[in-house]
Amino acid sequence: MSALSQALWVLLLGSLLGLELIGKVPPTLHTPLMSGANAISGITVLASLTLIQKAGDNQALLLIGALSLGFALYNVVGGFLVTDRMLAMFRRKGDS
Amino acid sequence: MTTSLLSDGLDLVAVLLLGLGIKGLSKVRSARGANQLAAVAMALAVIGLLIEIRPEPMAWLWIAAGSAAGGLAGLITAQRVPMTAMPEVVALFNGCGGLASLLVAVGVALFDSAEADIVALVSIAISVFVGAITFSGSIVAMAKLQGWLNTPAWTQSSVRHAVNIALAVLALVGAVLLPGDPAGLPLWLLVIGSSLLGVGVTLPIGGADMPVVISLLNSYSGVAAAAAGFVVGSQLLIVAGAMVGAAGLILTQVMCTAMNRSLLSVLFGGALGASGGAVGGGGSEAGYSRITSCSAEECAMALEQAERVVFVPGYGLAVAQAQHALRELSKLLENHGVEVSYAIHPVAGRMPGHMNVLLAEADVPYEQLLEMDTVNPEFPRTDVVIVLGANDVVNPDAKTDPTSPLYGMPVLEVDQARQVFVVKRSLGAGYAGIANALFELPQTAMVFGDAKAVLNGLLSELRSMGVGKAKVAA
Repeated sequence: MSALSQALWVLLLGSLLGLELIGKVPPTLHTPLMSGANAISGITVLASLTLIQKAGDNQALLLIGALSLGFALYNVVGGFLVTDRMLAMFRRKGDS
Repeated sequence: MTTSLLSDGLDLVAVLLLGLGIKGLSKVRSARGANQLAAVAMALAVIGLLIEIRPEPMAWLWIAAGSAAGGLAGLITAQRVPMTAMPEVVALFNGCGGLASLLVAVGVALFDSAEADIVALVSIAISVFVGAITFSGSIVAMAKLQGWLNTPAWTQSSVRHAVNIALAVLALVGAVLLPGDPAGLPLWLLVIGSSLLGVGVTLPIGGADMPVVISLLNSYSGVAAAAAGFVVGSQLLIVAGAMVGAAGLILTQVMCTAMNRSLLSVLFGGALGASGGAVGGGGSEAGYSRITSCSAEECAMALEQAERVVFVPGYGLAVAQAQHALRELSKLLENHGVEVSYAIHPVAGRMPGHMNVLLAEADVPYEQLLEMDTVNPEFPRTDVVIVLGANDVVNPDAKTDPTSPLYGMPVLEVDQARQVFVVKRSLGAGYAGIANALFELPQTAMVFGDAKAVLNGLLSELRSMGVGKAKVAA
């Protein structure tokens, strides 16, 4: 299997998985879910890291890579923390 | 060999945990753990990649600098942001994710495209296109939600379609020419064209529809990440991006259904009310003729007599920071033997589920939050409904008046209740800019004032009546 078709299979199966995972969500969780999924989309940190590695001695590329890493991590760290803050507040009656 | 095995293993575990995380986020009990699971998965993926690529000392320096800046900023933002500003913050984070994918693609195009094959070049074009739209669209969405940007009049005419088509063509020309000259003019055509297109498609959309747009842009940022995965050849990135992209689409669809809007009409229909306002009766104060208003005291007397009370909180409640006062009032009524619940419209607040978050912040148990389908049949046997800062979601015109721009939107049927009090600062129009027939119904009384002030007034009135003190009396 060529690298391209393998990547396309991965894309297809990942998309189908995403469609299946979010079937029924109580409205209570729509906002945290959106923010959690948003944090996961910051996984593009992996691309930023790869770019920095590829850059070698190219300072301009290192800078672009570091900038992109910063923005992606902002998304990841901020996203997960803010989601956690929201979810920590959901309590049942009687929970302390 | 062993290290690549290790990093491959970490990748697989990361995908598994990400999947479980997204799944777990859809149940209240498991959601918090699931979010932490996803965060762990992300950390594992990063560790796996670092093991695989073994960065040079120079690269470590830049990695440390970027991580420290981004991580710290994220930490501070997440801690400082008030819960009411959640939609803006999600939009901001999302825009930064899109920008990151955009930067990676631009970086590769500028400096690392010498031996790129056609697949990589097409991936670069897609990544730039989607990343730029996600970025500029999210920033515009955030600015509009914050009130920094209005909806310019020209964007409500059909001129905007011509402008957007022109921008799309510009971006497309850039994308088509890009493989021939990856580091030259076509790249910048594509970057500028798609960034402006993101602005052009988001700017005309009215505030009421903005959550749908943010959700859609959230889905785009997944697509942008997946495209970046093609650019740098990372399968993990492709899977995760695809999952988020698909999940975001489903969530967008759910929101559209809740608002009875089709995605197409949200994206291309312009702002609701700006064009439909004339039909709907304007929404200015002069539009109302049979308004009854009453004081907090009268409202408190009705509450004291009631057996079943339903609160309908809206965004106005959150703006007034009155969740805690509301919680106190409902505790008092519960001690008095009144059955209290909260009716939550799917789009209450400014994002689906936003109101649930705000009430959770005030320690309201989530079992008391009733969804629209559960609570609507209950209204006929409800004594008192108090609408706090909600407007369009309780507008009976949505059921009865085919000329109303809201017609067909599912609403909370509070007009079925015996008595309705609407707490509102003035008779101004709601988010969608449409007059509300509920206000003129005979069983409705307006209590004018800031939600927090009114609730505190009710609290002191009820306390002076002795409500809530003697539990046994009830």
